[in-house]
Amino acid sequence: MKNAVGREIPEEIIEITGKEPFQGNYYRDDKPITLHGPTIRPVINNQKSKLVGSIREALEKCDAHDGMTVSFHHHFRDGDLIVNMVMKEIHDMGLKDIRICATSLGKAHSALVPMIEDGTITNIESSGVRGGIGEAISKGKLKGLAIMRSHGGRVRSIATGESHIDIAFIGAPTADDYGNLRGIGGKADCGVLSYAIVDGNHADHCVAITDCLVPYPNFPAHISQTKVDYVCVVDEIGIPSKIATGAAKPTTDQRKLLMAQYCTDVVVNTPWFKDGFSYQTGVGGASIASTQYLADIMRERNIRMGFGVGGLTKAMCKLLDDGMADVMLDVQDFDLDAVKSLKNVNHHRIPAAVYANPLNKGAVVNKLDYVVLASLEVDVHFNCNVVVGSDGMITGAQGGHPDTAQGAKCAIVICPLLQGRIPAICSEVTTVTTPGESIDVVVTDYGVAVNPARQDILQALKEAECVPLKTIEELRDIAYSIVGEPDKVEFEDRVVGIIEARDGTIMDVVRQIKEV
Amino acid sequence: MSNPNKYRLRRTMMFLNCQKPSLIKDPYVYKPDSIMLDLEDAVAEREKDAARYSLYHALQEIDYRGVERVVRINGLDTNLWREDIRCAVAGGCDSIRIPKTETADDVRTVEYAIAEAEREFSRPEGSVLIMAALESARGVINAMSICDSSERLFGIALSGGDYSKDLQVPISGTGVEFMGARQHMVIAARAAKVQCFDTVWTNLDDMEGFRRETEIIHSMGFDGKSIVNPRQIPVVHEIYTPSEKSVIFAEKVIKEIDTKKAQGIGVFTVDGKMIDIAFYDGAKRTIALAKASGVYKGDL
Amino acid sequence: MEIKKIAVAGTLESSDCMVTVEPAKKGIELELESAVIRQYGRQIRKVALATLKRLGVRNARVSIVDKGALDCTIKARVECAVMRAAEHEGRINWGGMIK
Repeated sequence: MKNAVGREIPEEIIEITGKEPFQGNYYRDDKPITLHGPTIRPVINNQKSKLVGSIREALEKCDAHDGMTVSFHHHFRDGDLIVNMVMKEIHDMGLKDIRICATSLGKAHSALVPMIEDGTITNIESSGVRGGIGEAISKGKLKGLAIMRSHGGRVRSIATGESHIDIAFIGAPTADDYGNLRGIGGKADCGVLSYAIVDGNHADHCVAITDCLVPYPNFPAHISQTKVDYVCVVDEIGIPSKIATGAAKPTTDQRKLLMAQYCTDVVVNTPWFKDGFSYQTGVGGASIASTQYLADIMRERNIRMGFGVGGLTKAMCKLLDDGMADVMLDVQDFDLDAVKSLKNVNHHRIPAAVYANPLNKGAVVNKLDYVVLASLEVDVHFNCNVVVGSDGMITGAQGGHPDTAQGAKCAIVICPLLQGRIPAICSEVTTVTTPGESIDVVVTDYGVAVNPARQDILQALKEAECVPLKTIEELRDIAYSIVGEPDKVEFEDRVVGIIEARDGTIMDVVRQIKEV
Repeated sequence: MSNPNKYRLRRTMMFLNCQKPSLIKDPYVYKPDSIMLDLEDAVAEREKDAARYSLYHALQEIDYRGVERVVRINGLDTNLWREDIRCAVAGGCDSIRIPKTETADDVRTVEYAIAEAEREFSRPEGSVLIMAALESARGVINAMSICDSSERLFGIALSGGDYSKDLQVPISGTGVEFMGARQHMVIAARAAKVQCFDTVWTNLDDMEGFRRETEIIHSMGFDGKSIVNPRQIPVVHEIYTPSEKSVIFAEKVIKEIDTKKAQGIGVFTVDGKMIDIAFYDGAKRTIALAKASGVYKGDL
Repeated sequence: MEIKKIAVAGTLESSDCMVTVEPAKKGIELELESAVIRQYGRQIRKVALATLKRLGVRNARVSIVDKGALDCTIKARVECAVMRAAEHEGRINWGGMIK
């Protein structure tokens, strides 16, 4: 059955998962849903200690069993030690058929590959996967299905009970002995715990893991003692240098600077760029450079940013610290400057649910004017692919891409026309992760294309004569004229993963890669 | 033999190593006026052959989108330059840059080889232009005769690295060691009605110094500057952007002279002041620069 | 053109490819390694084989390690490696054998 972005979703997948094919961005708007609550074991006895001596003990006390679902957050990014630590223990206990429900999995987690191969892990739900795990899934080694969800989509699936977490493991930079957790302080300072808050609210069991136990009460808590069953102290929960890095040096790559300039020109010449505008951007060189160009123009025209949101960087937080933005809403910190900026009273932590969940009563992304995103591929229908490489291998994560792109009034994707020989603008993306209806402008080094559905933006940019405008088909044709039209990557029939839309419908499927 | 490209705009000429596919793939996205595909200093001795194959196919197959393609051949004191010229001309280059030019004869020697290659590869006679890099005290002092040496020669360029060595001084960053050469070369080029280009600025960490130097050579009358990194291009183009006032004036000059000439009138006035026909070429250049800089949207 | 010795051309930098040509007894043996093999493997082989044919190479073992090179670079590297392996000297037939 073909869904709203023209992707064939096999009947058997619809049957197995009970999900519907994607029907368009507003399909579930205003439709009633019932939320799900966890089954918990209350702590009334004031003699009970929550401290456990080991992860093994925590697992045993939480009734770890075959087929259970365990969850993790990725605030420690490539410096994360929690996932491997917990999974090793689960593996050593001989448990099987484990479902991992992570906010994201990355290069730090390649140690899980043998556990996928031996059947310890049979299902993975994540924003995406990189490195060894992505390869393992693409090669068909995972017994069950991998489900890729956006940050907002994950909150939705947990809150509605579609994903039921048996045990949540929450790495906490600081914790007290009664489970008040903070993202700040300690050795593995990541600033916020935004992605893990939903786990605390909906998991049956919740185990905090810290390497910095602080006196009670660790307040204000980002995750409350009322959600946490056990606290386990270990030597090390993360590698600080890989968690919040030093702020990226400003790029000197003229190609990125060129795209940054185009991007800023698009922003400042569209109608939402006025006092109080809202903005989200990424961590790439071009994104950071365009934020700096934007700051210059904000100064020049005396325009303030109402709020900035997202995974934050120095470039964004500087706007707040320089008094050019009123508020920053923070779900993740990419560098130490962003962590430091949390001291500012107008820099607020928000849970992933508030940030991006499509099925609550309105998330922050709905209030965004601009979002600047990247993409591995964009096709002539403006569909974006941020999960599966052009070679067919799973290699990226949805993150907040589909959430913010849908929410923002003007969603801009920056991507160089060519990645080596691979054309980033193509006839058909390998896999759809964000539907074209969410994407408004595509900025490349060869020119800027506006989604024809957005005549208002096209008109504004035409009048401003600020950027070289091309149609998306023209950009693709230029790319193909340089590198040649790529052959279609061949896949096996077997579906190894699902790209879930924000609202839980199926955006696309990922098939097993064919060996060459 | 008049090549319309002889007097094209050349504010920036970006140096690219022919031997690096990633560099020669699509430099036009940075919008330089010219690129200089280098077979000489950038290419290691044992890769000279490889660079030629790369050059030939790049010229044949990559659409440089109107950016001028200048090829720097190896010096006349090597046994490489003749084959370099055959390769470049066969590939379809626009111009040949002669390194270490010392005399008018050097230019004529190259001109002869180019003409031969044009015949061999069936290109129209005169289609390949020449520029001469002056890299020694002798070359600089001979600027006038070099400028006058060939109808194909569109300009001369100062090559600061070798020149400063010949002068026995280090490059100071202040430009003091280049003062005489720059002034002398601009005058010679203007006298011969050819173009004049300044040397490269290699310290990429000092963009302010680069800007200062570009402002100086711009006000000295240079037509453009050699570039080693695409980051330098917007700076040069910004400095070479004519002021709004000068564009408006130039437009009036051209329109006045064109109209009056058509009416057979030989006296021209702009804003109530008499102007000379000698303003005409300058005004044309201003409009061309304004168009290239994207600040002129008029109908000239 | 006769392949007399082993020769290499190109690099492993991005957008380049490294081509090794070796003498062989019978026919052309082409080995390709590329990050874009699924999308461009067919095209790269086609270009390499056509280039070898134009150069008149009948017997050779050719290996290409590709880093996303465009067709023009594949041709240039194959030609260069073959010319080196054939110990070719003197003028080059631009527009003929090299095309």
